[in-house]
Amino acid sequence: MELFFQLTLAGLAIGSIYACVALAVVMIYQATDHFNFAQGEMAMFSTFIAFTFLTFGAPVWLAAVGAIAISFVAGLIIERVVIKPVENAPILNQIIVFIGMLMILNNMAGWIWEFTIKPFPSLFPSDWGVQSELIGPHHMGVIGLTLIVLFAIFLFFRFTRVGLAMRAAAANPDSARLVGVSVSWMLALGWGLAAGVGAIGGILVAPIVYLDPNMMSGVLLYAFAGALLGGVSSPFGAVMGGMIVGVLENWIGHPALSELLGFKMNELKLTFALMVIVIVLLFKPAGLFGRVVVKRV
Amino acid sequence: MRISTFLASAAAAVLMMGAANAQTVGVTDTSIKIGNTSPYSGPASSYGVIGKTHQAFWEAINAAGGLKMGDGKTRKIEFVSLDDGYSPPKTVEQVRKLVEQEEVAFTFNTLGTPTNSAIHKYMNAKKVPHLFLATGASKWGHPDQYPWTMGFQPTYDVEGAIYAQYALQQVKDPKIAILFQNDDYGKDYRDGFLKSLGDKADKLIVKMLPYEVTDPTVDAQVLEMAASGANVFFNVTIPKFAAQAIKKACEIGWQPLHLLNNVSSSVGATLKPAGLECSKSQGLITAQWLMDPTDPQWKDAAGFKEWSAWMDKNFPGNEKVDVNYVFGYNASTLLKHVLENCKDFSRPGIMGCVANIKDFELPMALPGIKVNTSPTDFYPVQQEQLSKFDGTKWVLFGQLYDASTK
Amino acid sequence: MTRPNRITPLLLIGFLVAIGIGILLPQFYPDFVTYQLTLAMAWGIAMLGLNVLTGYNGQFSVGHSAFFAIGAYSAAIFIEHFGWSPYAAIAGAALCSFIFGFLFGLPALRLEGLYLALATFGLAVATPQLLKFGAFEHWTGGVQGIFVPKPAPLVEGLTPDQSLYYVALGITIVLMVITWCILHSRSGRAMMAIRDNPIAARTMGINMPLVKTTTFGISAMYAGIGGCLYTYASEFVSPDAFNFFIGVYILVGSVIGGIVSIPGAIVGGLFIVFMPHVAEGVSNTYPWVPPPWAVFGVFLILVIYFVPFGVWGAVERGLAWTKRRMAG
Repeated sequence: MELFFQLTLAGLAIGSIYACVALAVVMIYQATDHFNFAQGEMAMFSTFIAFTFLTFGAPVWLAAVGAIAISFVAGLIIERVVIKPVENAPILNQIIVFIGMLMILNNMAGWIWEFTIKPFPSLFPSDWGVQSELIGPHHMGVIGLTLIVLFAIFLFFRFTRVGLAMRAAAANPDSARLVGVSVSWMLALGWGLAAGVGAIGGILVAPIVYLDPNMMSGVLLYAFAGALLGGVSSPFGAVMGGMIVGVLENWIGHPALSELLGFKMNELKLTFALMVIVIVLLFKPAGLFGRVVVKRV
Repeated sequence: MRISTFLASAAAAVLMMGAANAQTVGVTDTSIKIGNTSPYSGPASSYGVIGKTHQAFWEAINAAGGLKMGDGKTRKIEFVSLDDGYSPPKTVEQVRKLVEQEEVAFTFNTLGTPTNSAIHKYMNAKKVPHLFLATGASKWGHPDQYPWTMGFQPTYDVEGAIYAQYALQQVKDPKIAILFQNDDYGKDYRDGFLKSLGDKADKLIVKMLPYEVTDPTVDAQVLEMAASGANVFFNVTIPKFAAQAIKKACEIGWQPLHLLNNVSSSVGATLKPAGLECSKSQGLITAQWLMDPTDPQWKDAAGFKEWSAWMDKNFPGNEKVDVNYVFGYNASTLLKHVLENCKDFSRPGIMGCVANIKDFELPMALPGIKVNTSPTDFYPVQQEQLSKFDGTKWVLFGQLYDASTK
Repeated sequence: MTRPNRITPLLLIGFLVAIGIGILLPQFYPDFVTYQLTLAMAWGIAMLGLNVLTGYNGQFSVGHSAFFAIGAYSAAIFIEHFGWSPYAAIAGAALCSFIFGFLFGLPALRLEGLYLALATFGLAVATPQLLKFGAFEHWTGGVQGIFVPKPAPLVEGLTPDQSLYYVALGITIVLMVITWCILHSRSGRAMMAIRDNPIAARTMGINMPLVKTTTFGISAMYAGIGGCLYTYASEFVSPDAFNFFIGVYILVGSVIGGIVSIPGAIVGGLFIVFMPHVAEGVSNTYPWVPPPWAVFGVFLILVIYFVPFGVWGAVERGLAWTKRRMAG
């Protein structure tokens, strides 16, 4: 039973990482209708920026805040410079641009910082929070911070003028334009915010998986799965989806399941997790928490 | 089958001798062209450092005027290293490019087990020397079937067997957990370990868990192994996952006899990220053959000084913690030694030279380790020694284990 | 523009000239280049399959690496375990991948756009794991993979590389012609109707599930044939060779070549095989240039900026423009 709790909590912790990246993916999708394949690599690059601050002797919180700020600006610039030309292009063209970005960021990071793994300090001191055998202070902090970020995003979209304008721009660009919302700047803002949230995800994941240019490749996969499971139309769904995927993935390793099935699932962890998700989608195509969008023909 | 292959290779050997005088592809009186593939991109890109070390090594030699070789001629080395992204079909394409388009005399230190497996037959069919592969699989040392392929480092299965024997010796009632990477490399280690346990293996192993390189963490596996009550942990993982596993085991207070595979034994690349305190409290054991560059006990060794000075010159500003620089430097030095002593630069001649290395000491190998090859022994480095981590460095203990005498 | 290429005299002449060049090429180039061209056609056939599925039927897939792998592995298994000839194995591989594709098309019916993309993505990611899976190890060779000898030359005097090249060329031509015929048939029009307006298509009495799943099967079959030729050229299959990135390359090649076209697939194949070498050359010549794949990424983005409809799309537009000018 103790193993079960440990696996669940470890699953929640790694799940919150997926949740953070999933949240960033969903934010861009919400604001711009893009499903950004390069989100993971952007987060990785942001984390390397924080790492560079650290090597100059900055304290870890300051490095994190600095990196998040830079990522926000970089996200804006990327939208204005790289994405703008394909804003109205077919979706496949946009995907190719994201793939190009993914390759550029990944290889540039390797070129600048090399591919060896680097330790990255936790934002949370080791005597932080409840001391427990089951879950470490960093994991606890990760879950907490993810929920805080989610709440902040909720408040932002619900109660601020900019948040409202962004929602309007995404939901109905033409009407938004008529009431004086600069739709194209709202898109850029969406990218900036998503880059910032992604940076938080990267900074939280790095102490667990170690920092290297390929750090996010595994994470992104699960984050996508989480985002789609929860529903791409819902930030809350993305977070829940990420957490569920994290826990699910850990439970699959539990010996009780192997006994039940009669063979070991460990070798097929990922396959199994993906299968469950596809099955869920077959019955709830909009995801667990997503809204069904009715399209007019 | 056996006899016919033998006859075929004997016939081939005779033919080779006849052809020995002809001009060899890739070799002139002033230059020799050498090919290499390394993962400069993709999942194994941290090993790209090895290829970069080779490039720097040969550039430095060319800058100094070239290398005086065993036949009295001084040649420059054209070292062509291509990226294969650790993808086997890409390796086939790049190696064919090297052999057929670049026309290299031979390939050297091509990296990876799946990648080299993909070109194994091709190289032997083309009769191009396929030298000192950067992989510890055991299949590279079969001159009877593959007379053109030779490995380099100690093999994984032998290393696995060393750990198995040590565990049986040290732990009275061993309950063993194995975490391994689900590929050639992980399975070689695992199988060597299991074979050495013999019939008892089934009883002794309480948990055997794989992981994929694409997995984000191995935390769940470590929790599961700890919960199984194992008191021996054989950790067959690459540095990233090794560091995760050490840290997690330490965090949850699991204290098994922790056997860490040599692949991840670097203090700088694995143990520091995992936390030196954690690594110490785990009482890590590994089998070594390279000098760890961050280990203070080697700082006055002649080989270390040589390597360190070379690094300062060719990679200025480098922190010198990555053991891959050491690996690459050793491999290149071995090739340099072969070239300096080789008199016949036909392809069969080159094979003859590499199969005739006697007691050569690599600059950055543990004291007492000697490279030996013969026409029937295609395993250059076969010695390793167990060592225990004391919080700052690996402390060697016991005797130098020699697989060739077994 | 979204209709399949109409046969004009100019296009027919172009096609025949291209075949002529294709037949002559190996006489002027060494085996290595011939082998690279074979790879390009293997990729191109898989991309053609994706063009049919995505370009003409509107179903997304980023997971064609899975069908590529099924073709490759089933051919390898037929040869290794059943002693089939490599040519019979191509047919076997085509059938296997058609069945897999058709079956995968069934659940895919319920998924649209992004969700379908994810399902195929999941399939691509799971493929290497399944190929390594212990229970199938006897057949798949596990992590070791299977060695597949290059087929012996069909005609005396040809090297194995040249012979395989001509086989691939023949298959490419046949499949291109078949694709053209399908697209101009009733079924082809049904496929495109579903892409353009699913509801109208249904009211017209088109059996949507059947058309969509069959299209998936055909597309997978093409990918499987491509994978099979790719394996013959590489002489080796192993699980890690069929990672998710293969699926991405197929998609990239399709879009770059022009996803709503037939000849675009060949352009895409050439791009995927030769562009990395160009990028590597550029990057290795100048030390200040970033690593090859970063350069490749820049190429991708630039191509999308300047030829948004793919290379073949640009050619078609160019031809149409010239025609208008000449007519005017």
